[in-house]
Amino acid sequence: MVQLYFFYFFSGITVLSAIFVIFANNPVHSVLWLITCFFGVAGFFILLGAEFLALILMIVYVGALAVLFLFVVMMLNISFANLRTGIVQYLPFGLFIGMLILAELLLALVPWEFKDAAFSNSGSPLNLSDSNSVALGKVIYTDYFFIFQAAGIILLIAMIGSIVLTLRKRPNVKRQNVIEQIYRSPNNSIEVIDIKPGEGI
Amino acid sequence: MIESIKYIIPELFIVLFTLSYLTLSVLSNGKTLVAYSNNISAIFLLLASAIVLTQDISPDPVMNGFYSSNAFTSFFKVLILTLSALILHLSDDYLKKNNLQIFEFPLLANFSIVGMMIIVSANDLLSLYIGIEMQSLSLYILASFSRDNAKSTEAGLKYFILGALSSGLLLYGISLVYGTTGSTQFHLIYDTIMYSDSLLGLQVGMVFIISSIAFKFSAFPFHMWTPDVYEGAPTPVTAFMAVVPKLAIGAMFAKVLFDVFGGIAHNWQLVLVFLSGGSMIVGALGAIAQTNIKRMLAFSSIGHVGFALMGLASVSPEGLSGFIIYLFLYSIMMIGVFAFILNMEKDGVLVTDIYLLAQFSEKRPGVSFALTLLLFSLAGIPPLAGFICKLYVFMATINSGLIYLALVGAIASVIGAFYYLRIVYIIYFMEKETKLDGRMPFTHLCILFLASAAIVIGTYNLLGVEPLTRAAAQSLIY
Repeated sequence: MVQLYFFYFFSGITVLSAIFVIFANNPVHSVLWLITCFFGVAGFFILLGAEFLALILMIVYVGALAVLFLFVVMMLNISFANLRTGIVQYLPFGLFIGMLILAELLLALVPWEFKDAAFSNSGSPLNLSDSNSVALGKVIYTDYFFIFQAAGIILLIAMIGSIVLTLRKRPNVKRQNVIEQIYRSPNNSIEVIDIKPGEGI
Repeated sequence: MIESIKYIIPELFIVLFTLSYLTLSVLSNGKTLVAYSNNISAIFLLLASAIVLTQDISPDPVMNGFYSSNAFTSFFKVLILTLSALILHLSDDYLKKNNLQIFEFPLLANFSIVGMMIIVSANDLLSLYIGIEMQSLSLYILASFSRDNAKSTEAGLKYFILGALSSGLLLYGISLVYGTTGSTQFHLIYDTIMYSDSLLGLQVGMVFIISSIAFKFSAFPFHMWTPDVYEGAPTPVTAFMAVVPKLAIGAMFAKVLFDVFGGIAHNWQLVLVFLSGGSMIVGALGAIAQTNIKRMLAFSSIGHVGFALMGLASVSPEGLSGFIIYLFLYSIMMIGVFAFILNMEKDGVLVTDIYLLAQFSEKRPGVSFALTLLLFSLAGIPPLAGFICKLYVFMATINSGLIYLALVGAIASVIGAFYYLRIVYIIYFMEKETKLDGRMPFTHLCILFLASAAIVIGTYNLLGVEPLTRAAAQSLIY
C-alpha cells in the first residue's frame, strides 16, 4: 500500500517537472526541472527493485549529462528567443510525432507473443537473493568479461577522438614552468641601470 | 574462460600493440614514432593476419558463446588485416603531403579493425553491437580527421548522426528479437525459431536489424550518407571505408541472415531482393552525373553492394559462396583503384576531378593500362574477374528462381558500364592536355599492378579462393 502512495508521489513529480521543462522560460530552469524529473524516474527504479539502475541514473544522467547541459546552456551564447520563433510552423509536425509515439506506447497493450523456448533460453542463472549490484558484479568480470573489456576500448576511442578533433597546438602560448621559476636567480633577472638625473631611460 | 582466450589472440595482439604504441607516442613526444606510425602498424597487422592463419578453430561458440572461430571468420579476418595493412601503407604519403600525419591515425584505424574482427567473429547480438560501435566510432573520427576542412567535418558529422540513428534501430531490433526468443546468442535464436511459424515481434525485430546492417553496408534505401561521406572524408579514409568495412559488414550480414534467421529465410528473402535491386539501380543511375571520382566510386560501391546482395537474396550455399567471392574480388579491385586515386596530383595538390585525367595514357601508358583493366573489371566486362564474380551471383539468383532480379541486375550493369568506360575514354581519347603530374611511389605502383594482375589471373582460377569460400559458406549453413 505504501508503495502505491510512493508511486503516485514519484509520478506526480515526474510528470509535473517534465511539463515545467517544456514551459520554463529560462533554459537554466528547464535543465533544473529536467534533473528533478530524473529524480522522479530514479524513484520508479527503486520501487521496481532495480536499485543499481537508480544509482546509475543519478550518477550518469544527473551527475554528468544534466551538468553538461547546464554548461552548454550557460557557456554557449544561444539565443533561445530565436529558437522559439518557428513554433507555430513546427507545431503540427511536432503533434504528429507526438501522436505517433503515443500510438507506439499503446501498442504495448497488445498481447506479446513469444516462443515457448524463450523461458528456458533466458533461464535464471543468478541467485535471486542477491541484490542487483551483487548479481551484476558476479557476471560482469566473468561471463561478460569480453564484452566489458571491449566496451572499455570504445570509451578509450571516444577519448582519443575528442582529443584528436579538438586539441590544437598553439606555439605562442606561455606556460608556467615551475623548475624554471625555482632556478631563477637575481643575476639573470634584475638589471641595474644607471640613470642620469634629469633623463629618462 | 581463460582457456578460450586462445581464440582471441589476434585481436589481443592488435589491441596490445595499439595501446603500447599510444603510450609510447604520448610519453616520448618524438617525431620518429609519428613518421613511421603507419608503416609500423601495417607490419603489425600483417603479423596479426599470420597469427590468424595459425589459429585454432572451433566448431562451437567460444568465450561463453560470445565469439566464434571457424573457416568463415579466419577467411575474412586474413582479408581484412592484409587489405588494411596495404591501405595504411598507401595512406602514409598522402598524410605526409597534406600535413595530416599524427600517430593517432593508424591507431584509430587499428581500433576500427579490431571492431571489424569482433563483428566477423561475433556469435551474440551483444558482441555484434559492441563490434559495430567500435568500428564505426573510429570511422566517424577518421572521416572528420582533416578538421580544418569544412567538407571533412561535415562528412564526419553526417556519418555520426546517421550512424547513431542506425545503431538505435539495431538495438531496438535486438530487444524485440530478445523479447520473443529469450536469448541473444546466435545458435540459441536459430534453434528457437527453427521449424515453427514466426511471430510478429520477431519479424519486426528482424527487419530492424536488417535495416541497420543495410545502413552500414550502404545499401538502398539507406545509402544517402555514402556519397557525401566518401567525398568529404580525406582520401585515405575513403579508401579504408570503401574496402575494409564492406568486407566485415558483408560477412556479418551473411552471418546474421544465415546463422540467426536461417530458419525463416522465406521472411527475409523479399527484403533482400528489394535492397539488392534498389541498390543496383541507384548505384548505376546516380554515378552518371558525377565528375568527382570519389563521389563516383561511392555510387559505384552502392551498385556493387547491390550485386553482392543478389547472392544473399538467392538463399542458397551457391549464392552465399558467390557473395563471398564478390566481396573478395571487389575489395581487390577497389584497393587497386585507390592506389591510383591517392596519387592523382596536379602541381603537388591532390585532385579528384575525372576530366583532369584527359590524355593521361600519353604520359603514363603502363599505369593507364592497369587502371583501365581495373575499371573494365569493375564494369563487369568479360573475361575479367569482375565479370566472373558477377556471373556467380547471377547464376545463383537464376537457379533459385529470381529471374526478375537477375534481369534488373543485367540492366543495371549495362547502365553502370557507361561511367566506368567514360573514364577510360577520358584517359585515352579525350582531346585535352593532361594536367596530372604526380609520380607514383614504387610500392603504390606495385599494389596497382598486382591488383590488376590479380583480376586477370582471377579469370582463370579466381586466385584459388573458390574452395575457401565454399568452406566458409559451409561453416555458416548448418
